[in-house]
Amino acid sequence: MLILKKNDLNLTGVLQKGLETFKVELKKIVPQLIAIFIALLVGSMVLLATGFSPIEAYGALLLGAFGDIYGIGQTLTQATPIIFTSLAFLFAFKAGLFNIGAEGQFLVGALAAAIVGIFFNGLPNIVHISLALLAGAFFGGLYAFIPAILKTKLGAHEVITTMMLTYVAIYLTGYLVTDIFKAPGWVSQTPLISPTAELPRILPPTQLSASIFLGIILVFLTYYTLQKTVLGYEIRAIGLNPLAAENGGINVKKGLILALVISGALAGIGGAGEILGVHKRFIDGFSPGYGWDGLAVALIGGLNPFGAFLAALLIGILRSGGMTMNRVTGVPIDIVTILQALVILFVAAPVFIKYLIRRGKKI
Amino acid sequence: MTFVIEMKDITVTFPSVVANDKINFSLQKGEIHGLLGENGAGKSVLMKTLYGMHRPDSGQIFVNGNEEKIDNPSTAINLGIGMVHQHFMLVPHLTVSENIVLGKEPTTNRIFLDTKKILRDLSVFCDKYNLDVDLGSTIYTLPVGMQQRVEILKALYRGADILILDEPTSVLTPQEAEELFKALEALKSQGKTIVFISHKLKEVLKICDNITVLRKGKVIGTLKASETNQNELAKMMVGRKVRLSYNKEEKIANKIILRIENLEAINNLGISGLKGVNLNVKTSEILGIAGVQGNGQTELVEVITGLRKATEGRVILNSEDITGKSPKDRLKMGISHIPEDRQQRGLISDFSVMENLILGSQDLPPFSKDKIRINFTKVAHFAKKLICDFSIKTPNKDTQVRYLSGGTQQKVVVAREFSRKPKLIIADQPTRGLDVGATEYVHNKLIEMREQGSAIILLSADLDEIWKLSDRIAVIFEGKIVAIKDPKKTDKREIGLLMAGVNPEKE
Repeated sequence: MLILKKNDLNLTGVLQKGLETFKVELKKIVPQLIAIFIALLVGSMVLLATGFSPIEAYGALLLGAFGDIYGIGQTLTQATPIIFTSLAFLFAFKAGLFNIGAEGQFLVGALAAAIVGIFFNGLPNIVHISLALLAGAFFGGLYAFIPAILKTKLGAHEVITTMMLTYVAIYLTGYLVTDIFKAPGWVSQTPLISPTAELPRILPPTQLSASIFLGIILVFLTYYTLQKTVLGYEIRAIGLNPLAAENGGINVKKGLILALVISGALAGIGGAGEILGVHKRFIDGFSPGYGWDGLAVALIGGLNPFGAFLAALLIGILRSGGMTMNRVTGVPIDIVTILQALVILFVAAPVFIKYLIRRGKKI
Repeated sequence: MTFVIEMKDITVTFPSVVANDKINFSLQKGEIHGLLGENGAGKSVLMKTLYGMHRPDSGQIFVNGNEEKIDNPSTAINLGIGMVHQHFMLVPHLTVSENIVLGKEPTTNRIFLDTKKILRDLSVFCDKYNLDVDLGSTIYTLPVGMQQRVEILKALYRGADILILDEPTSVLTPQEAEELFKALEALKSQGKTIVFISHKLKEVLKICDNITVLRKGKVIGTLKASETNQNELAKMMVGRKVRLSYNKEEKIANKIILRIENLEAINNLGISGLKGVNLNVKTSEILGIAGVQGNGQTELVEVITGLRKATEGRVILNSEDITGKSPKDRLKMGISHIPEDRQQRGLISDFSVMENLILGSQDLPPFSKDKIRINFTKVAHFAKKLICDFSIKTPNKDTQVRYLSGGTQQKVVVAREFSRKPKLIIADQPTRGLDVGATEYVHNKLIEMREQGSAIILLSADLDEIWKLSDRIAVIFEGKIVAIKDPKKTDKREIGLLMAGVNPEKE
């Protein structure tokens, strides 16, 4: 009896502590939540102005995103690649780098994984998948190594180089799959990867694949690396004050290179996951801009790995729900783009949000 | 007696502190009035209130007997109050004359600057106050002392009868300070009233007629300078007795720990910053380096710590040539560095106290045994110990250092650097911006480290500080060590002249 009581006490203690941490973490994302709310509010004005009922539209959106297994699967599928690209953006950002070339690194990683998936036959399942993912990470990282070297050796700003290299990647992969690695037929795409390289689908008939688990693992791993390791400490130090980091004996150039390469590798794995889990081949133009989304999502997520994960889910909800909303109510799918833009706009205006919070407290 | 300024029951509060608590302060016409207090005592706040930059929560201000509401600096200027801030508010790329007239420019047809009139007016004006300055030179080419003079002229040009100077000597060499004092005496003789904010006892006693001491936002007392002394003022300022000199144990330093041979380096402007420096530092010794800012001190420090490459010469630590070694290697070999600018080089202000305390040791045992993971349990333990040992005033170890006061921030740096058990400490302006209490603390710690056998290189703009602590004083001028003196066998005049590039022995 006595032991049981002690355990009970302990349990409530743990629960209380957990609740406290949750509250603290929740407080951090209050501005984001408010931004989302305002975005939805402004979105509903747009809906009203164009003659639609916001309640119906949002209702359909939510129903589409969560209404059935298919909806949920679709939501998570949409969120998956963005989890990786947002982690990529935020990892480089912690070192003070603006890697806006995640799209390029994503595509290079994707093609590398596809090639390994097609040509390395006869391997056991787990080996083949791992190899393809590693190829994605390696080539994504390698592709980010170029701007890293340009920055540290020549002083070229990474915003310019990563963005330019993204266009190189788009057209280079495009060329490769319309010529060298092209499958027979009139579509610019590679042949299908070998079944041994496929990531398992986890919620058929939706396209949701095991790639999302990989994403979740990387969310934790990114957090752990940044907060608990020497590398993460040094990267954050460099990002916050490179002069003091240098003074503390940290090799700033090495840190910058590593941060950008790891960022590229994260994007590359994301690309690989899309190929191995969803498309099973590299199709020219398969990414609607997941790399660019990563930037926005990382910002919405407050540049925190867990925040980025939640923000990626939000985008997933908007996109998968948006399709249903379009089908059911006839609201153009573009409203989703507007909502997304509005959320980013309001998240990017923290001063405005803080003002609202202050006003709110006064009232 | 009539007062030109009377401030009655002034209270100014900021979100977390009462900066001024029912302060009464008055100025007699034609006096130099010292406002003395530690950092954060409320000196600047009180004067900024008078200058219209802060609004008092309560209290009255009388100017020449009339109650005035001073809401902004332009009201203050119209009432004849001028202020020279600690950080100059000059446009670096404009000329002296352009800076002086800025905002009140004489024009022809309200369109064009009347350059001739400006120059004519200003030279008459400078003569009147006996303040010499080349009106045509561009501000950024001038030494700090000159820039300050421009600030004073600017205030006078706007018709200031009451001039407030916020810590004016903190940026000056001893000679420049002397000239400033002369200029202030001249202004006083012309009937101007001057408020002299400072935390340096000596100069306040020297230049002021009356001294008001503030502590923690309250007036402790107003005294006649002729009727008080350093010890009394220090006690009023800090609230307890303060040691003004240190009794260092005589140590026989015999082992040379650092040898610098013919060291040369390029500075940030791409020109030669060090031109063949030779220097030895011994164990249990404090070597002071005196010099006017910008004579190669920064370059010297950076070459010793490995932040800057030497183009010529060698740095030898414990008979090992370390010229080519990385900052990290040198750190591990026992070189500690208290950087000149704690915000820029010393601390990561968005990091917590704990994270800052391990900067440089993050990948070393006991914090990391495999160079991959950091053991934050050990780090936390270490941080708590240092916070206690060095009495770092922080809410807790996880507070970001940006929220700490300057003195506390410096303690974080000092704690970190001393905890490495260094063989050589490079203390570059270790007490810049610190109040008397914190300065005393840092000095005591430096002496403690010396007694434990560390070699210390001390660089400071404050000659008094170098005097108090150093066993030997090296003077740096234009990238060379021009003399090494024993502080007991030299005086400030000699060192000051050496700092200015004059060799007194030759004359």
